[in-house]
Amino acid sequence: MIDQAPALIVVIPLLAALFITVIGVYKPRLSWILTVLTFVITSIFTIITLKQVVVIGPVYYMFGNWPAPFGIEFVIDHLNALIIAMISIVALLVAIYSKHDVKKELGDKIPHFYSLFTLLVTGLLGITMTGDAFNLYVLLEVSALTSYALLALSKGRAYIATFNYLIMGTIGACFYLLGVGYLLINTGSLNMADIATIINANTYSYAVLAAFLFIMIGMWTKMALFPLHGWLPNVYTYAPTSTSCLLAPLMTKVSVYVMLRMMTSVFNYDYIFNVLQWQQVIVALAVLAILAGSILAFRQDNLKRMLTYLIVAEIGYMVGGAWLGNVNGFTGASYHIIADGFMTLCLFLAIGCIIYKIGDSSLASMKGIFKKMPLTMVGFLIGAFSMIGIPPTCGFFSKWYLLSGAYEAGAWPFFVALLVSSLVNAILFFRIIEVGYFHALPEEEPNHNHPKHKRDEAPLSMIIPLLTTAGLLIGIGIYTADIVTYLIRPFINTFL
Amino acid sequence: MDYILNHFNYIIVVIIMMLGLWGMLSLSNLVKKLISMAIFQTGIILFYISMGAKKGSSIPIIKQAYDDHHHPIHQTINHIDYANPLTQILMLTAIVVGVATLGLGLALTQRVYSEHKSLNEDEILESLS
Repeated sequence: MIDQAPALIVVIPLLAALFITVIGVYKPRLSWILTVLTFVITSIFTIITLKQVVVIGPVYYMFGNWPAPFGIEFVIDHLNALIIAMISIVALLVAIYSKHDVKKELGDKIPHFYSLFTLLVTGLLGITMTGDAFNLYVLLEVSALTSYALLALSKGRAYIATFNYLIMGTIGACFYLLGVGYLLINTGSLNMADIATIINANTYSYAVLAAFLFIMIGMWTKMALFPLHGWLPNVYTYAPTSTSCLLAPLMTKVSVYVMLRMMTSVFNYDYIFNVLQWQQVIVALAVLAILAGSILAFRQDNLKRMLTYLIVAEIGYMVGGAWLGNVNGFTGASYHIIADGFMTLCLFLAIGCIIYKIGDSSLASMKGIFKKMPLTMVGFLIGAFSMIGIPPTCGFFSKWYLLSGAYEAGAWPFFVALLVSSLVNAILFFRIIEVGYFHALPEEEPNHNHPKHKRDEAPLSMIIPLLTTAGLLIGIGIYTADIVTYLIRPFINTFL
Repeated sequence: MDYILNHFNYIIVVIIMMLGLWGMLSLSNLVKKLISMAIFQTGIILFYISMGAKKGSSIPIIKQAYDDHHHPIHQTINHIDYANPLTQILMLTAIVVGVATLGLGLALTQRVYSEHKSLNEDEILESLS
């Protein structure tokens, strides 16, 4: 059973997605329970796999027992073991969280939501585990198509935002496919490890350069790196709450992972940093992304929209870190995928609770929120502290690795941008604390019969995932040293 | 001239893809955008197919020849005689993905139209602001 874990991690949610569609026609209520059950099982398998990778080393799984360059192979090494664990845990938390929210926002579309939800996570898990370049494209499109459908379950402005996302997402995926085509011409292979060995044996040609460029630009479009970020804020703002809680932490992070995987396992370090020598240009782009994201976030009065711009800034962190080209930079970028996934989730869950109760996420409606929803705001604050980078939350440690990487590489603009972004985040979140804590409740009238500030929390099924995520942020922060020594360093040692 | 003739298929592919990409990014009608998307994807499909094409080659199935007594004749197999089927198989998947994207895009366009009563992106953005 454990030998089959890599396949089961993908197969269980895939079959569950089909099953939920069928069951949902007759018993819509069952679909939530089935989804949660699916992700409990998936999470158990991913954690077992993670443990196995730490103890024994990378796991290779060949589908249908066809040997590697001919068949499709799943490779789980130290980095993606960590990421699949993150994806399945995030999916589980959002699945639990979505129970009341979906009922309220989507009504009779519950089974559709949950089958698309499980299918989306299937795609993301597959992207992370696959060792085959074309298989990655197919799974990329599986997750992209389901995400368009999930986003379009909402109403009003979501349609046109989703349409733009569809166009940009397709361009990104098609560029990736073109890049894979160039690799296929050059090497005749689609298996990532096989491509890497063939490319290394040859001298680098323009075809390899074209492949690298197309794949990188495709991924940058998918992850919304600064000049290509236009689609992201509208899509996540107008999406249903549970959808944005699932997409915001996972979609962009998985694209960052694909970029890292391509940079390290297909093309090699020597080619990217010594032959091409573009690192300064890309780090400059990352700096722009961080600054632009921070400035644009500053101009928003809607909390959810502000967060979407912070995602744009966070993408800059990871791209910049990966392109610094030193151990600390790679450590920071890999660690930040996990850290940013959980902190984005934490903040979106908190905002979701607020929207569920108040119906709005504008800054003006945050008055007196701390007294009204204390538990939600505890979660929100821990997420905010992680975003700012206050120890012992994990946001501090990823920023620390990125800063020391920038210092070693002498990338001063990146160093300054990281500090400025922390400062901007601090101002943004303290503005919310000021409004929420010190400003009075709007409907506060001298009514002596009732207590002045009535507590009115979101349901328990929403609060528990939120507080769990907040706890995870601190937990990951405390165990940073272990994560880095047992998981991220062994991954970096494979190519540096 | 030789260069153009030798790389004729690739030049056509580049032209088709660039037309599609231009249309996706610059046209303002949503349906035209989707048509451009289909053209772009077709360009990529042609790119893959033409890289696997080989003149005078056959499908990679070995045809067993028999002598007069119905005994199999031992043949030498030349890989030059066979075309690589991989690219065509990959494109079958890509076509399916393309159809799914196009269908979803058209369904979304329908929703956009019923919401905004227009298919022109500029008009929609104007009505929103």
